[in-house]
Parts: sequence; C-alpha cells; structure tokens
Amino acid sequence: MLTKKQLFTRGMLDISPHMLSVIPFGIICGAIGVELGFHPYLVYAMSFIIFGGASQIVFLQLLSGGASSLVAVASVGIINSRHLLYGAVLSEYLEKLSFIKKLLISYVVVDQGFAESNKFFKKNRSEEFLHYHLIGTGCTMWVCWQIATLSGIVLGSFVPEELGLKFAIPLTFIAIVVQDLKKLDHVIVMITCGLSSLLFFDAPFKSYIIISPVIALFVAALLLRLKK
Amino acid sequence: MTLTAIIFAGILTYLTRMTMIVLISRDMLGDKIKAVLEYVPSAVFPAIIFPGIFINDFGTFIEINDPKIFGALVAVIVGYFSKNIIATISAGLVSYWFLIFVVFN
Repeated sequence: MLTKKQLFTRGMLDISPHMLSVIPFGIICGAIGVELGFHPYLVYAMSFIIFGGASQIVFLQLLSGGASSLVAVASVGIINSRHLLYGAVLSEYLEKLSFIKKLLISYVVVDQGFAESNKFFKKNRSEEFLHYHLIGTGCTMWVCWQIATLSGIVLGSFVPEELGLKFAIPLTFIAIVVQDLKKLDHVIVMITCGLSSLLFFDAPFKSYIIISPVIALFVAALLLRLKK
Repeated sequence: MTLTAIIFAGILTYLTRMTMIVLISRDMLGDKIKAVLEYVPSAVFPAIIFPGIFINDFGTFIEINDPKIFGALVAVIVGYFSKNIIATISAGLVSYWFLIFVVFN
C-alpha cells in the first residue's frame, strides 16, 4: 500500500516528461494573447479560470477576429467537452470520495493528467488513496501551466516562432497512445478518430474534437460486439 | 465584457470536468459501457494528434512532403520502442528541426 505522499509524488513524476511540450505551449499561449491585443490580466485570468490550453487560444483568436462572445464561449465549451469522457472513465476510481473532494479534484483534470493517471489506476486498482496520483498529475500541470503562460505574457514570445514548438503538442499525445498501437482494435479506433477529425475539421465551433471521439467510440462498441 | 465571457467559459469548462465525476456511480455503468470506455484515450487523442500534424496554422491541409509528417513518424517509431515520453517528443522535434533547418534550408 502506497502512502498519499508516495502516490502524489508518483503522479508528479509520471506527468513531468510532458512538461517538455506543455511549457513551450503555455509560453506561446500567453504571448499570443498579448500579441492579439488583450490586457495581460485577462490573458492570465484565462489560465486560472479556464485552465485549458488549446481552448484558451481559440477563445482569444475568435474574439480578436470579431466573433460574438457567445460563439467564443460556446467553442470553449465544445472543445472542452472531451472532459466528459475523461470524467466517465475516472468516476470508477473516484467513487469513494466525498462530494466536496470530487468537486475539488475535478478542477485539475486535464488531458495528460487523465492519460497518465488512468494508466496508473488500471495497474493499481487496489490502492486506497489512488486519487492522490490524479492530484499529483493535475497540480503539476496546473503549476507549470500558470508559470508558463505568465512567462509568455510578461516576456512575450521569447520562444522563437521558427522552432515550430506547437508541434510538440501532437508529439506529447503520440507518446501517450503509441503503446496501444500493439493492439489492432485500438489502431482501428485511433485511425477512425484521426480521419474523422480531419474530415470534420471545419465543422462549426471546433466540434470535430468531440464528434470524432464519439464516432470512434461507436466503432469501438462495434469491434467489441464482433470480438464475441 | 471579455472578463464576463472568460468567466462563463471557465464555468462551462469546469462543468465538463466535474459533471461525470460527480454524477456517475458504479452501478450506473454496465460492463458493456465500461468496456467501451476503455477505448477513451485511443478515441480522443488522435483528434488532437491528426489536426496538429496535417493541418497548418491557417486551417488548411499541409503538403505531402511536410516535415511534420516525417517528425511524427520518427516520434511513433522511437516512442514504440523506447516507451519513453521524453525520447518520443525530442525525437519528433529534432527530426522536424533537422528537416526545416538543415535539409530544406
């Protein structure tokens, strides 16, 4: 049985490699916001209030492009609706927590944290304080995101644009799913999702980001039926 | 005005994070649904990966000889064999940089 502190540390360690892509991306996010002409306090407020990388950039780009704030808010909601799926997966492991603890822990559920904690949860179901791993991944992500976006806001884009560091984001997610390429059913689901995302890329409100997972999960359900 | 929109966007985002964690209890999900949920990472992350590689900043498709395709392939191969996140990201970035700064320059 691991202690709370050990689980928290394990979570921190498990997510820290992803900071290689998260920190440059955060700096870019902060710098873009200021470049688009938004007040630095507003740009930072997003990191605290929304706390969701890509959705923050989309939000500012839409507003600066003259879109209605309703459209910007709706787009953020749709881009982030993928968290509903993460929550559904995590709910099994967080069930024993009190209502208040569930409310608090929800704030730090992010893509990479979900991915790494979910991997850990699957292997260590019997641990009593499993949620401390999720707190570890989430808090590490939160602190790094705040520092990174703040530095982007204060120092401007000191990461040279020519380096194309936004490309580190797809790479970080490749690192998350690459081991599942060993399983044919997962490969089919991934390709379905990937191709759908390209096909529906121009769908309104960036909804490709939730349309394609839903299609991919339908395919997964079909595959499960075929397996039997 | 913008702050109001940020607060609404934040509330909406928080609701997406919180809803399922708070609402779902063990007996609500049958074995079939749990089996499908096993695929969530494989069903969600390619929607971030594919557009990140194949679509450029202007929202259009890249060319077939774009360095990002090569960088992504290197990342997949290195990631598959090394099982190491840092190695995967750096291999992808370095091979991408090699192409844009050395080969295509």
